[in-house]
Amino acid sequence: MTRPERQVVIRGFGSSQVGRRLPVSEMALTVDACLAALADAGIGRDEIDGLATFPGGGFDTAGLAGPGADEVHAALGLQTNWKFGGPEGGQLSGFFSACLAVAAGLARHVLVYRTVGEASAQGAAGRAGALAGAADVAVSGFRRWLAPFDAHSPANWIALYAQRHMHEFGTTREHLGTIAVNNRRNAAGNPNAVYRTPMTLADYFNARMITTPFGMLDCDVPCDGSVAFVVSHVDTADDGPNPAIGIESIGWAMRHRPLWDQWADMTEMAAWDAASHLWERSDLHPGDVDQVQLYDGFSFLPLVWLEALRFCGKGESGPFLDSGKRIAVAGELPLNTGGGQLSAGRLHGCGLLYEACVQLRDQGGDRQAGRPDTVAVGVGGGPTAGAALLVRR
Amino acid sequence: MTIDEQAGFLARVGPLLRPAPTRDEEEFWRSGAGGRLRMQRCGSCGRWQHPPNPVCFRCLSRQVAFEPVGGDGSVYSFTINHQPWLPRLRDPYAVIVVELDEQPGLRFVSRLVDTDMADVRIGLRVRVVFEPLGEGLFAPLFTAAREDGR
Repeated sequence: MTRPERQVVIRGFGSSQVGRRLPVSEMALTVDACLAALADAGIGRDEIDGLATFPGGGFDTAGLAGPGADEVHAALGLQTNWKFGGPEGGQLSGFFSACLAVAAGLARHVLVYRTVGEASAQGAAGRAGALAGAADVAVSGFRRWLAPFDAHSPANWIALYAQRHMHEFGTTREHLGTIAVNNRRNAAGNPNAVYRTPMTLADYFNARMITTPFGMLDCDVPCDGSVAFVVSHVDTADDGPNPAIGIESIGWAMRHRPLWDQWADMTEMAAWDAASHLWERSDLHPGDVDQVQLYDGFSFLPLVWLEALRFCGKGESGPFLDSGKRIAVAGELPLNTGGGQLSAGRLHGCGLLYEACVQLRDQGGDRQAGRPDTVAVGVGGGPTAGAALLVRR
Repeated sequence: MTIDEQAGFLARVGPLLRPAPTRDEEEFWRSGAGGRLRMQRCGSCGRWQHPPNPVCFRCLSRQVAFEPVGGDGSVYSFTINHQPWLPRLRDPYAVIVVELDEQPGLRFVSRLVDTDMADVRIGLRVRVVFEPLGEGLFAPLFTAAREDGR
């Protein structure tokens, strides 16, 4: 098997400040993250010959997309040989595409970024405010199968999966709350996390209901922020000032019809395809993984990923948490060490990729979970997924 | 029957958002005008599919056409929404995945109406009702089936 991901490394990474309604533009955040990644990689702007992002330009969804690749290309004065921005390959598609471009020789050093400005764009009206004004326009795109039935939010769409999982396997809200409490505890050790105030399971149950079984603390926090990575050819891995991160395998498969309401078994998601693909391309096994960074746009999704990645049997993810002991920073399989999207902020999957890099460099400070050699990253929910196994070189 | 004669089957929870159907799916969205839900079926392999397309996603036959279904099904999954995403959504309501009796897995997202939230559960028997969306389109919504199965 040809494994292009073995031909590349993450040579550097960087983050902007992450927060609620920061008084700067999405481009300013993007520039902060990109310049930090370049410095971390020890690569000059003029050496960057590729640029990639997800979802790219052309979106009118409030704050979701960040600046498009063309805008960043121009702002940073790059001279690229290859460029990609696109929405249909999942949240890690910018990163994956960069790996392919470098392995194929189209570029040598690709700058990958992901920026969100949802906190500022949604403003004081919150997430519901982002939908206001939509009432007079006929709904097109995939939402035409959801919005006419008042299924307006991803919270609704994913709740339908969670409820089915609870029905078939006895998964409980306490299991969901265990994820939320774990991530908040970890966020306390992350100076860049949005919510760091300690939280108990009682706080979780007292939060107002959004859409059963999800309450307020089952939903991630919209934020303003940006993370960036430099994906370089493995031949240059040791040329920078900091250790490069290796890529054991990627999982990019989405094999089923990618429609929210057409999943044959709604206790599974596209995560199962991406996870299978990941292990098919790897020499490692679930038992080799030291920690996990799993997409928590909603508290239920890490449970799906734990099952999809075969850390436990199907339907067993709730009890697998062992009331949170197993997934704690000091536990057997630390999960979302930086606080995840639930507490650190919704960087749409790429924040989890960033945290995996931080942990593999032992730069986690108060939240550092041992000295991991292998970290599994699983990103996406519903019909979208991507996974990566990152390793210490 | 006219739409007025079908009034007993109308749901009246609107105004719901109106979709912009493609040509391939207009018949689904218009089927409420006749009071019977119409779904797409493959004339070659005989299986139903949703959403409608100009080809059967299983056998790739182009012989797909709409046929009426009974309108009965079960709740495959649900969520009771409490968040007022739009100003009119002040009261809790149930979004469901309905599975129609015609075929295992023949499902779509819909909304329950005229049903006590305390009664909502997976497996609940439901029956289609229609909500007019304007421009001749109708949303197929569902309501708990009565004891007599109607």
